[in-house]
Amino acid sequence: MKSLRQTAAPVLWVGPAVALIAVVVLWPVVVMLESSIQHIGGEGFVAGYNGVANYLKLFAEPAFLGVLGRTVLWTVGVVAVTMLLSLGLAQLFDQAFPLRRVARWALILPWACSVMMTALIFRWMLDPHSGAINVVLHDLGLLDRFDSPEASWLGNPATAFVWMMVVAVFVSLPFSTYALLAGLQSIPGDIYEAAALDGANGWRRYATITLPLLRPAILVATLINVINVFNSFPIIWEMTGGGPGYATSTTTTFMVALKQGDVGESAAMSVINFALVIVIVLIYLRVTRWKEQVD
Amino acid sequence: MTAVTASPRTAARETGRPELPPRSRRSRSRTVKTTIVAIIAYLVAIVFVLPYAEMFIVAGRTPAELLDQNLLPKSFTFSNFASIWATGFGGNLQTSLLVAGGATVLVFLVALPAAYYSARRRFRGRTLFLLLVLATQMFQPAAMLVGLQREFIDLGLPTIVSLILINAGFNLAFSVWILNAFFSSIPVELEEAAMVDGLSRFGALMRITIPLAMPGIVTALIFTFISAWNEFLVALTLSLASDPDQRPLTVAINGYIGQYSVDWGHLFAGSLIATVPVIILFALIEGRVVSGLTAGAIK
Repeated sequence: MKSLRQTAAPVLWVGPAVALIAVVVLWPVVVMLESSIQHIGGEGFVAGYNGVANYLKLFAEPAFLGVLGRTVLWTVGVVAVTMLLSLGLAQLFDQAFPLRRVARWALILPWACSVMMTALIFRWMLDPHSGAINVVLHDLGLLDRFDSPEASWLGNPATAFVWMMVVAVFVSLPFSTYALLAGLQSIPGDIYEAAALDGANGWRRYATITLPLLRPAILVATLINVINVFNSFPIIWEMTGGGPGYATSTTTTFMVALKQGDVGESAAMSVINFALVIVIVLIYLRVTRWKEQVD
Repeated sequence: MTAVTASPRTAARETGRPELPPRSRRSRSRTVKTTIVAIIAYLVAIVFVLPYAEMFIVAGRTPAELLDQNLLPKSFTFSNFASIWATGFGGNLQTSLLVAGGATVLVFLVALPAAYYSARRRFRGRTLFLLLVLATQMFQPAAMLVGLQREFIDLGLPTIVSLILINAGFNLAFSVWILNAFFSSIPVELEEAAMVDGLSRFGALMRITIPLAMPGIVTALIFTFISAWNEFLVALTLSLASDPDQRPLTVAINGYIGQYSVDWGHLFAGSLIATVPVIILFALIEGRVVSGLTAGAIK
């Protein structure tokens, strides 16, 4: 009886969690892989397998290379700027000053708020007719006329993409800053004491002590940001819809847009996205040294 | 695994700094430095608040002043906050409450036993289980949307049930990690002592361990609730066929964008109604979210 109890206990305690992950997180991957090699009609009707035809159709899309390039720019650019700004913000909010707690609460707003809503308020603020950003630029004399092409930030793919990257940085900053703040707080104060005795000044102390000790926090925060930014959908969807055409799409919004026309091709795009996610996860597992934490 | 302490982190930090001898010149330069730091920090804080303040301003503009080229309107009205309920927003709020509440309850029921057992016992498959949790934490619905959509359409469950399952599944990892860390930090001797005093194993869990792990439990539950409440892409994909009044909040708010015109007043009034409770909840857990999101790699 004991051996039965021993085998049954883990299943009872851990089984439901495994089942939920299997049904919701793992099985869709299988369905997605299968869909990517199926010919799927408009109403979701499966007309049999068609090998790599969906992939070939995807690679032949005129927009495909541009979308790939933009995805790299989007992910690398947003994460790099986010991490650099977060290093400064974490240092700033680590100092003691009156009402620090209140100031930190302001910082969490874009984290707590739904990203689609933040994206929509930026879309409004960039409105060529009366958006607040244009009103300020006009008051400062930097914008000649409302409703002009210069005021239509989201109408031009290049400026639209830059502004969407700004919004992506804005919503990524809270988590990154908090992660680095936690990293800063794990650095023991007596290390700085020793450095002060050695006569190390502010910048030298930062470069030789703070940055090296922050390395794990920086790495983990960077990887989590890469995943979040790469998978980001609401910002582009709400601000330009990925258009005009696919001129401001990344692979994630491109995949959603393809789904309207050809589910199989969209699945092929998903599989490629997912392969990239797997690579990032493998790096993440290495960086977090998960085995040491588990034991 | 090292313990996640729920103690105030800032206090420990500030006392850990070397105190310099009190000399007036030095202390004055410190006051100047603190003032400069505070001013910069407040400016940063204002930048973060501004977009949400603008949401409030737009929601309060009268239709006549909506498109005025000014930062502050001459008049302010709460009529959008009142008239939004006639657009079916109450039903959307109810749906989001059901989805987020349901996902939170499900995560609690599923994550708590798994986290407790894997913190206390070395069973076969434990490492594999924790690896599964850690890896799937990095998975997001956006990366497998087609699979999710096809699977859940085939399952034919009511949309709300599908959304509860999906939100619970994708937020489970966060909760398992943070709870596992909390349970690991509670000495098993405390439970054993309680059992010597006559409590059953279950009694010891309920009376000793769970109360001590409460900060972790609250963090896990609030975080799950907020993620499900704010989720947009899956909700948008699965609730297309639903009655507009039954769609989750984020989809309803997106619905104020028409093909030819956008109902900005209601859009931002709805956004604020949806966001204010979530910001308050988030402020309660802000200090502990990072350790769960980074799987304990950053404490």
